[in-house]
Amino acid sequence: MHDLADALAAAWQLVVSGDPTLVAIVSLSLGVSLTAVGLASILGLPLGAALAVLRFPSRNAAVVIVNAFMGLPPVVAGLFVYLMLSRSGPLGSLGLLFTPTAMVIAQVVLVAPIIAAITRQMIEDLWRDYGELYILDGAGRLYIICSLLWLGRFSLLTAVLAGMGRAAAEVGAILIVGGNIAGVTRTMTTAIALETGRGDLALAFGLGIILLSLILAINATAQFVRNAAGRTAAI
Amino acid sequence: MTRWRRFFPAAFLLLPTASAAVAQQPFIIVASTTSTEESGLFDHLLPAFTKETGIQVRVVAVGTGQALKIGEHGDCDVVFVHDRPSELAFVERGFGIDRREVMYNDFVLIGPQSDPAHVAGGADIVGAFRGLAAAKAPFVARGDDSGTSKAEQRLWSEAGIDPKAAGDSWYRDTGSGMGPTLNTAAAMDGYTLSDRGTWLNFKNKQNLEILVEGDPRLFNQYGVMLVNPAKHTHVKQDLGRKFIDWLTSPSGQRAIGDYRINGEQLFFPDAKG
Repeated sequence: MHDLADALAAAWQLVVSGDPTLVAIVSLSLGVSLTAVGLASILGLPLGAALAVLRFPSRNAAVVIVNAFMGLPPVVAGLFVYLMLSRSGPLGSLGLLFTPTAMVIAQVVLVAPIIAAITRQMIEDLWRDYGELYILDGAGRLYIICSLLWLGRFSLLTAVLAGMGRAAAEVGAILIVGGNIAGVTRTMTTAIALETGRGDLALAFGLGIILLSLILAINATAQFVRNAAGRTAAI
Repeated sequence: MTRWRRFFPAAFLLLPTASAAVAQQPFIIVASTTSTEESGLFDHLLPAFTKETGIQVRVVAVGTGQALKIGEHGDCDVVFVHDRPSELAFVERGFGIDRREVMYNDFVLIGPQSDPAHVAGGADIVGAFRGLAAAKAPFVARGDDSGTSKAEQRLWSEAGIDPKAAGDSWYRDTGSGMGPTLNTAAAMDGYTLSDRGTWLNFKNKQNLEILVEGDPRLFNQYGVMLVNPAKHTHVKQDLGRKFIDWLTSPSGQRAIGDYRINGEQLFFPDAKG
């Protein structure tokens, strides 16, 4: 209990002092995760909807693969991106390893399947309910995909938030491709890992409390937006 | 490829906070060990170097084995580690050049105050290791191919013991960095071998203390080298050489010697003029 009290005190101390290092770490964490989730949404939402609506020979296999990739261990995703971006790898000439961009790429690899898989399930349900109407209208597949995504936009927020949760919480991938470089690629989760290594458990846990508060705030905001929009749009 | 090139700057635009402040400054990437990072040495040393030269140093702190691997792939400019045999092999295989010795500290045997294996007191580390094996005292090993891990392996073989072959559960291979290994040792009242720097900066000591120190076999030399620009043409050899020169220069050596925790010096500069 003593340690938890110390952790709360450490968290409070960091927040009220407006520690510039903490501010930089928090903004980098949010910047990386939000960018990754944004890009993963651009990829995952249409991919999930397409899997729900289109019928093609290996569709079942594709669904299984996307679902399985939800369970991709971050450290494996990190290793894969590391090998791609390493100077000795195929994209080495870009010099992206140990940069925030590398962390974004690794998190997109992790998050896009989660968003795609949840989207696929949600859109498939909508497609079951409204499919006949679209077919009677003679709508094209591309139109149907866009239209269903729009129809389900508030429910799909859950898919995006699930992706955000994964991105903000993971440490395995960004530690490998970012390198936890102070002031450059040190995020909340990698800083927590480092402080745990230094045996400063109170500071590590204090950072954890701050991270948790941020995730809570993001989810609360999303819920608020959803409620406010839901009242006017009544989906 | 060109499409990728267009995509990445776009991704970067979405990251206004990420590196606007550091984008203009010249920098090098140094692959180093957890001991230099977790001991706090770099926090003390690097600002002085950056102030003198304007070069930012980006440290990736991993085990010695992994640091050398990063160098081998060409993913850093300079390697700063502590395992002489594997450093020499790295240079021998042509991956590194200009290896210089920078500083030393020592390893210490850490264990619980109660010392159930009765190994405390002396300076004979090999004897202490034999005592640990005889008592089957819980020993928490790094097992991560780091410099400390390799030093520990050498000590076991000097003691004529193969702890992994012993088949008992007293030897616990954690496969993790020095800090996490110390956390594990603290939690299970186990023994472990640590570099002195990480130990002094470690804050979760609980019942642990230094039991054996001062054996010449516990000497721990740190070396620095440039990743061979002939193998990896993008290596920033001028900036990297400046860093190596500074570390081994009087002002770099003084800065290393000045680093203290609670009045205790952690690293001893020993670069040859």
